Amino acid sequence: MIIKHLTCIECPKGCGLSVDIENCKVVKVQGQRCPKGEKYAVAEVENPVRIMTSAVLTRGLDIKMLPVRTNSPIPKSRIQEAMREIKRIRVERPVRTGEIIVKNFLGLGVDLVAARDVKKGDGSIF
Amino acid sequence: MTRKKKTLSFERELVIVGGGPAGMAAALSAYENGVRDILLLERDQYLGGILNQCVHTGFGLSYFKEVLTGPEYAGRFIRQIGNVPKIEVSLKSFVVCLTAEKKLTYIKPGELQEVKARALIMATGCREKTREMVHIAGTRPAGVFSAGLAQKLINIEGLLPGKSAVIVGSGDIGLIMARRLVLEGAQVKAVIEIRKESRGLVRNVVQCVEDFDIPLYFSHKISRISGRDRVEKVLVSRVDDASREIPGSQFEISCDTVLISVGLIPENELIEMAGVALNRETNSPVSEQVNRTSVPGLFVCGNAYKVYDLADSVTRDSELAGRMAAEYLSAG
Ligand code: SF4
Repeated sequence: MIIKHLTCIECPKGCGLSVDIENCKVVKVQGQRCPKGEKYAVAEVENPVRIMTSAVLTRGLDIKMLPVRTNSPIPKSRIQEAMREIKRIRVERPVRTGEIIVKNFLGLGVDLVAARDVKKGDGSIF
Repeated sequence: MTRKKKTLSFERELVIVGGGPAGMAAALSAYENGVRDILLLERDQYLGGILNQCVHTGFGLSYFKEVLTGPEYAGRFIRQIGNVPKIEVSLKSFVVCLTAEKKLTYIKPGELQEVKARALIMATGCREKTREMVHIAGTRPAGVFSAGLAQKLINIEGLLPGKSAVIVGSGDIGLIMARRLVLEGAQVKAVIEIRKESRGLVRNVVQCVEDFDIPLYFSHKISRISGRDRVEKVLVSRVDDASREIPGSQFEISCDTVLISVGLIPENELIEMAGVALNRETNSPVSEQVNRTSVPGLFVCGNAYKVYDLADSVTRDSELAGRMAAEYLSAG
């Protein structure tokens, strides 16, 4: 058995977790101040995931960069690939917060959604 | 012949300066507590303040019980404000003068305006400490940015400030920018922190620095920035418990960009102009109770009052400021 020390990132308290691992499986988690800590530890050991956020270029809209996010976490190992994909996207139509920009992003079963409302415009700052 | 008046002057019940999380929460709460004449002044062309450039998550967990990005968090308040016609929002409105009688002068494109506030809430936020405030020796090449400016360049203007960066200080914005730069394809050579531990939240050390194997040096400082036109390298030294450089501990890191993330200070020049007593150390108003100042009816909330770790806490205390202003108005 190995013991791994992690910091839970689910909330700003940042609990220090001590995780007992056997055959790549979590058998015991200690140190969490709420149940989310245990879930986090299991995911972090067995399949670490993160919500991905970035900003994509727009054209013909009132802001130049539209902030976007995945609506659910994606595997950490796919983040660089996700960034490459995000750089290829152009948003050219007005969207509302939460609207889907890319459905089933990278085939991961999560959507890339707008994180801000954006209207028509010329994208200039002034 | 009468001289043409250059300025228009009028009186408002409540004026709020700053349309970020603090000003928006204060406006909504003042309205909920009965104030029906509210003018919200914002210098940018959008409401939301700094949240608009904080595209990462970490907002709203306490206030909305949801994990939101900065723009999403701001958007919830922007929408609420849009539904309250009694809150007049004036964008691109930059306050240049404030008196002890709560008279404000502000400029808008093509206009100079004056307004007298019966109650005033200053929600002007904070700004970043600069290279000058941490005294780094060396030349003054291009490529030295505050972390927040780099964040604005990337997330609002779509420009990458450099290809290889060293980050000075482990404040939250610096840590978040370490990750952001890596994701954008730049290299982050190191985060250098003079203290023995991080200034930022541990979760940011984990998800922004450790996740990307970025070296984080505690008890180290940048002794020198070198470069002719553009930053070429920095000299790093280990420091002892009294923050003195340890001789012989120096090493160089080559980079073209240095980001400074060494803390925030409340932005309070306007209230200082009006004669409000400020604490010289912290730049916060001297006050007996949160949001109050030495001038009756003049409140300060959010990061202008004190620098908060979380936007959620800014919202909560600014709602209190809105209520306090409403009480002041109904008592007077
Ligand atoms: S275990 Fe719970 S309280 Fe502790 S950091 Fe994680 S979410 Fe926060």
